Amino acid sequence: MSEPTVASQPSQEFEKVLSGSSKQVASFDTHDKTPLQKAQHFLHKRPAAVPLIVLVLSLIVFGSVLGSKFFSAFSLTLILQQVAITGIVGAAQTLVILTAGIDLSVGAIMVLSSVVMGQFTFRYGFPPEIAVICGIAVGGLCGAVNGWLVSRVKLPPFIVTLGMWQIVLASNFLYSANETIRSQDISTTAPLLQFFGTNIRIGNAVFTYGVVTMVLLVGILWYVLNKTAWGRHVYAVGDDPDAAELSGVNVKKMLMSVYVLSGLICALAGWTLIGRIGSVSPTAGQFANIESITAVVIGGISLFGGRGSIMGMLFGALIVGVFQLGLRLIGTDPQWTYLLIGVLIIAAVAIDQWIRKVAG
Amino acid sequence: MAQEPILTARGIVKRYGRVTALDHADFDLYKGEILAVIGDNGAGKSSMIKAISGAIHPDEGEIRLDGEVVNFRSPIEARKAGIETVYQNLALSPALSIADNMFLGREIRKSGPLGSIFRMLDHAAMEKIARDKLSELGLMTIQNINQAVETLSGGQRQGVAVARAAAFGSKLIILDEPTAALGVKESRRVLELILDVRARGLPIVLISHNMPHVFEVADRIHIHRLGKRLCVINPKEYTMSDAVAFMTGAKEPPREALAA
Repeated sequence: MSEPTVASQPSQEFEKVLSGSSKQVASFDTHDKTPLQKAQHFLHKRPAAVPLIVLVLSLIVFGSVLGSKFFSAFSLTLILQQVAITGIVGAAQTLVILTAGIDLSVGAIMVLSSVVMGQFTFRYGFPPEIAVICGIAVGGLCGAVNGWLVSRVKLPPFIVTLGMWQIVLASNFLYSANETIRSQDISTTAPLLQFFGTNIRIGNAVFTYGVVTMVLLVGILWYVLNKTAWGRHVYAVGDDPDAAELSGVNVKKMLMSVYVLSGLICALAGWTLIGRIGSVSPTAGQFANIESITAVVIGGISLFGGRGSIMGMLFGALIVGVFQLGLRLIGTDPQWTYLLIGVLIIAAVAIDQWIRKVAG
Repeated sequence: MAQEPILTARGIVKRYGRVTALDHADFDLYKGEILAVIGDNGAGKSSMIKAISGAIHPDEGEIRLDGEVVNFRSPIEARKAGIETVYQNLALSPALSIADNMFLGREIRKSGPLGSIFRMLDHAAMEKIARDKLSELGLMTIQNINQAVETLSGGQRQGVAVARAAAFGSKLIILDEPTAALGVKESRRVLELILDVRARGLPIVLISHNMPHVFEVADRIHIHRLGKRLCVINPKEYTMSDAVAFMTGAKEPPREALAA
């Protein structure tokens, strides 16, 4: 072993001048920022702020136009009930999109799970508890197939879930023979299936267990994503999967767990769906996948993965709910709702791109 | 060289389709030394290093760490064995904070039920350790340890990656082109850091194209050519132009260096 060179003696001729170099450290100009730059930095740190601001603004606008017709405990809680399904499915969608994937099969998995819960109870006479567990297992299984294809076979998530969407939806129709199980039958023999439709009334405010579940689920997932190692890994994988792999994250296992969890949450949404519509219908929830992606995008979560907050998704879902109810109360053509939601989606992605340009 | 090598590789072969990147390559690293690996582009330096750090799995050959045969299937396994690598692309997640990045894959959980049942991370402890490690380096002027890595300059990112390796490496540290993205002053800091790490007894593998840096800090220089180890030279006995001549095939390496 040779003698170690002395660290403080630069050996290169051009480095001799370094001892005389300025000791000043790079300083960050924090004082002369324009308000716009400040806003950009703030939003970079708090990605859920944009949808929250939009939500509050839309509440104020509709409230001032419609007055107490809109600003009543009843109408506001009605919005919550209407977005409960989208919010729960959106939570599943958020997890997948944070890993830079997309799940087009969420709605189909939700419906299949609800059909399994219904049919297992009524066709095979299973106790409803067992039927619910079976339905949730089916959701998890569908998620596992997605996860396996994405993480092991390395197919693009868009293609995998596009295929699974069709497969699951067709299985749902084939298995259920397109039969609806009527609400009365469920409430007499298996009220457990309608559990999430149960109301809690506080004055005029009506909260269903479905609404409570949505809020709890988003809260729990917020905690998991921000305060646990698993959650940080979800972001790291979505950000740069190669870097995550090299710095010690098991990317395959992570993707698998995300898709399975997404499937399980969709199954939970399926159970909630029975409570919401009362019956078990294989044709329900056709647009849940698009609605959940809309909520995620309006919520400021980047489709390129790794950025955004699940709270944003909840605000995004609520914004859609506020627009739908508000415009209906005003009495406009419902197409205006879709038009405005389309504008919101494009605006949200434009803002996302602008926030990404932040530097320093 | 009386001591046992800490890491040896014998007859490593790696093929990518019809290209043979490593053709029965050998490698030795001794305790407490800085071994520089140099070679032309495409000589197989990166593949050699990736085989050691677990990023690729060699088709043939045997790697021994502390005399035990190791068979890394992933970088995670190599890390668990105490081999830390700073990759050329740094392997940092841009949207995560400095502290999150340093502890990615080895997060510290809170003690008590908060950590064991609710899996809550101890952000305070991780931030403290991260800050200590960074100031130990004196490499950067970072104000906020919760800053996202994408808001840092290239040199600062390099500093975070080197600090992470220095903080957690227990057997050896591999640095792939650590000064390539840095200015004169920052390069000097990284070189000092490398010497610091050696002073702590940790051996270092340094891959670099910067001959002055290599000749300054390295104890031995491993010259890689055409997928195998051509020779190992002592920087005190050869000049930079000798090394470049061996590396490019302009000159035959001396007999005794071949044996090393």
